[in-house]
Amino acid sequence: MAISISQVEYVAKLAKLKLTEEEKIDYAKNLSAVLDYMEHLKEIDTRNVVATTHVLPLQNVFREDVVKPGLPIKEALANAPDQQDGYFKVPRIL
Amino acid sequence: MSSPETTTITSWNIRQLAQALQDQTVTSVQATEAYLGRINQIDSILHAYITVTQEKALADAQASDNRRAAGKILGPLDGVPMALKDIFCTKGILTTCASKILANFVPPYDATSWQMLERKGAVLLGKCNMDEFAMGSSNENSAFFAARNPFDIERVPGGSSGGSAAACAADLAVYTLGTDTGGSVRQPAAYCGVVGLKPTYGRISRFGIVPYASSLDQVGIFAKDTEDCALVLSAVAGKDEYDSTSMPLDVPDYTKACQKDVRGMTIGIPKEFLGQGIDREIIAALEDGAAKLEQLGAVIKEVSLPHTPYALSAYYILATAEASANLARYDGVRYGLRIEKDNVSDTMEATRSAGFGDEVKRRIMLGTYALSSGYYDAYYNKTLQVRTLIKDDYDQVFAGGIDCLLTPAAPTTAFKIGEKTGDPLAMYMSDVCTVPINMAGLPGLVFPYRLSGDLPLGLQLIGAPFGEEKLFTVGHALECPRLLPRDIITQAKKKGVVA
Repeated sequence: MAISISQVEYVAKLAKLKLTEEEKIDYAKNLSAVLDYMEHLKEIDTRNVVATTHVLPLQNVFREDVVKPGLPIKEALANAPDQQDGYFKVPRIL
Repeated sequence: MSSPETTTITSWNIRQLAQALQDQTVTSVQATEAYLGRINQIDSILHAYITVTQEKALADAQASDNRRAAGKILGPLDGVPMALKDIFCTKGILTTCASKILANFVPPYDATSWQMLERKGAVLLGKCNMDEFAMGSSNENSAFFAARNPFDIERVPGGSSGGSAAACAADLAVYTLGTDTGGSVRQPAAYCGVVGLKPTYGRISRFGIVPYASSLDQVGIFAKDTEDCALVLSAVAGKDEYDSTSMPLDVPDYTKACQKDVRGMTIGIPKEFLGQGIDREIIAALEDGAAKLEQLGAVIKEVSLPHTPYALSAYYILATAEASANLARYDGVRYGLRIEKDNVSDTMEATRSAGFGDEVKRRIMLGTYALSSGYYDAYYNKTLQVRTLIKDDYDQVFAGGIDCLLTPAAPTTAFKIGEKTGDPLAMYMSDVCTVPINMAGLPGLVFPYRLSGDLPLGLQLIGAPFGEEKLFTVGHALECPRLLPRDIITQAKKKGVVA
């Protein structure tokens, strides 16, 4: 199953990645090879098989709703590339 | 009494060092200095560390010595120098995940597993090298430098926790922690001749480890032998209120399992693990190990796990799908790199494109594709169903009276640096023996069995959920005496590797 350059461009857009022309060719080739290898999954009959999202016998893990101090704003912002007045600052959105 | 030689100190396992600390033949500061000295001497060749936390290590060692003098030690790990894969958040200490996008990230909190060790007096030597975001099988995907295998510095230490494995093997730490999503502790443990454990999913808190594929990720341990490994597991396992997937189960003293007899145990050999692509020497070692277990009174049975051949494909779809979602957080807003553009969307694109390495982008692309409209059912959903079938295979085998399974740890011993970098699929194949265990959430223990030429050869034991004790019993019976790499500086001189 060959992945085309335009499919690579579409997926890159979804993943918010800007690829160089070289990368597009490389990923088209490599992703095609990997997906070809994975074709054999289609051999397995999975009708009526329940999906396993995680393996543990755990559901609805509850705890007491106790108020605890959170991360102080200064610490939460310590790694921010840009900040202002106690907020994360980003370039314009629109 | 004169102090032991530096090289003697760094060769000790946890119990030996703990005993020497108790006997006061050595102090924690002396042991820590010995390790820092060795790191200083040879890590410019091995690149096992990304960050060495010298000042903190010496301060923590001094604090440990002070506790000991006051008769207030915190257990057998108090004062013992160790290291963490650079994926564990460490408060106030650089945590890069071997990525340019986190090159300056200093976490405001600690990973729970690290916090538990620190509260037991662990001395942190530093943060170990790895494949970027734990994506890789050779440590060559580190954005900074590739770590080398101490047994042959022209070979890879394995991955993704390659630095942690190399550090433990080359006596650059007494023990180390890593993470294992598809074999990232067990495969490098096999390549570097140390013990590597991936516990059951839910045995150790995942809080504070940078996530790759959350339904598969688990904290793992590298140690010089099974008993050290058991000692560390007893210290880091347990329920954590910050990780809802950590299981509320009692934590036994796992070291006791190392003293138990394998007599009467039933060990399964899954025939699907002995197929094409596995080196004949590894299969021979496995057969040898099985014979040894029989001599010790265990029963060996051939078993079948029919969906094993599908596990690698299913794993790479599931892991990359989860990764593509997890890595959406690197958007240049709250932390990490930002490449500023005119608007926020262009900023995110520029940041991610500049900050992620090649393999990380490749996996984000594969995962995004598998989750995209029109392909979701064919890939992602199908994979989750295949996971059920894989898990059912194991459930049936263990329900049939098998105590644990013996398999190869990897298809080959350590391969050459650069050998597989051009072929992602060939690289993925090196995980074929380890990924099924993550898909089923089971515990897996890799231990060194013998040398094959100059290179360590490891075998893997797989247990039922939360069946770690049986793995320690069998692993302890089968592991070879500790394997030691040849002198690193001599190797570097001989091979013309410049530090």
